[in-house]
Amino acid sequence: MEFNNNKAIYLQIAEYVCEQILLGKWKADEKIPSVREMAVEMEVNPNTVMRTYELLQGKNIINNKRGIGFFLADDTIDQVKQYRKTSFIEDELPNLFRNLYLLEVDFDELKSRYQTFVSQNFNA
Amino acid sequence: MININNLNFGYSKHKPLFKNMSMRLSNGHIYGLLGKNGAGKSTLLKNLAGLVYAQSGTLDVMGYDPAKRQPALLEQICFIPEEFYLPSVKIDAYIKANAPFYKNFDHNYFADLIKEFDVPVEQKLINMSYGQKKKVIIAFGLATQAKLVIMDEPTNGLDIPSKAQFRKIMASAMTDERCIIISTHQVRDLDNLIDTVIMLDENDIALKATVEEITAKLTFKKVKEIDDSIIYAEPSLSGYNAVMPNYQQEESKLDMELLFNAILAEKIKFKPLFS
Repeated sequence: MEFNNNKAIYLQIAEYVCEQILLGKWKADEKIPSVREMAVEMEVNPNTVMRTYELLQGKNIINNKRGIGFFLADDTIDQVKQYRKTSFIEDELPNLFRNLYLLEVDFDELKSRYQTFVSQNFNA
Repeated sequence: MININNLNFGYSKHKPLFKNMSMRLSNGHIYGLLGKNGAGKSTLLKNLAGLVYAQSGTLDVMGYDPAKRQPALLEQICFIPEEFYLPSVKIDAYIKANAPFYKNFDHNYFADLIKEFDVPVEQKLINMSYGQKKKVIIAFGLATQAKLVIMDEPTNGLDIPSKAQFRKIMASAMTDERCIIISTHQVRDLDNLIDTVIMLDENDIALKATVEEITAKLTFKKVKEIDDSIIYAEPSLSGYNAVMPNYQQEESKLDMELLFNAILAEKIKFKPLFS
């Protein structure tokens, strides 16, 4: 996988896992790749993947079934959304706010652009 | 796994390479050994493998003194040197002659690795390119199932696809029982495989810390301007690539090249952070 230089590798792998879940490629209750399989796929140290899996376990996104492996939680999608929402609000939103302020984009314009974006991309 | 105590070593009496060096290494890690040319990376690896002998101090490798070169230890060491010689035989003959020294040698695994690395089995070793020879000895070394894996510049000579294969192979070869030490200048080839950085400088260990410890204490990021908080910075296209104390508990990605240059330039500032 191509990693960027802005964030710790273990967090980038966590984002990859979350994306697999949100895209529906990995499903609730399913077994996910073992630490070793993931390390080989990502070409990283298995200790790094272990750190990712410990993080995701702490966020109740995956469970460790001793001796069998790691599984997605039943409510994994909700947990992923909650985790991603927190990191979005903390990491990305301040940047967006800063630009909205500097460029004087008002909320009405933002709202209509947001609605257009949603209807174009998600048919909502 | 490895215990080095007050190691003194030099190739001549007037020029010591290591002065009272001490270090502990344990299994379940991939150590990245960094240092300038001539800092003693290869020499440290040779000390561990029993290829050169300490002038004073002790080396304990899995309970043995490597200088005694006991077979029970040597069969647990896989040493991939940077320079090596392979004889004028085919792979089969090489295995027949050398595998018996390693009682856990895994022939199937060796065959898998050779296939994965795409090495021609019908060619004589001596006629292979440097990169192909290197792949043969890496495959042989890992197939010995040795607990201590020492590699000196393993990615030198490997072509682009082989480097990716090498990273995959090392990721799967790292087990809780194994201790893997890789010396390299090609940090970009290997930085995501290494979990602990060991840096040699000025006759001693300038730094030994896990990637987790380093990024907990330091943050690596692009900045527009330099201020007092920055320990070391290098100019880049859009400002500077900087190393600074991690006051805000950011989770940055370790930039190993930047760390290397930072330690060489600002050794005194780093000492109190990692003691």
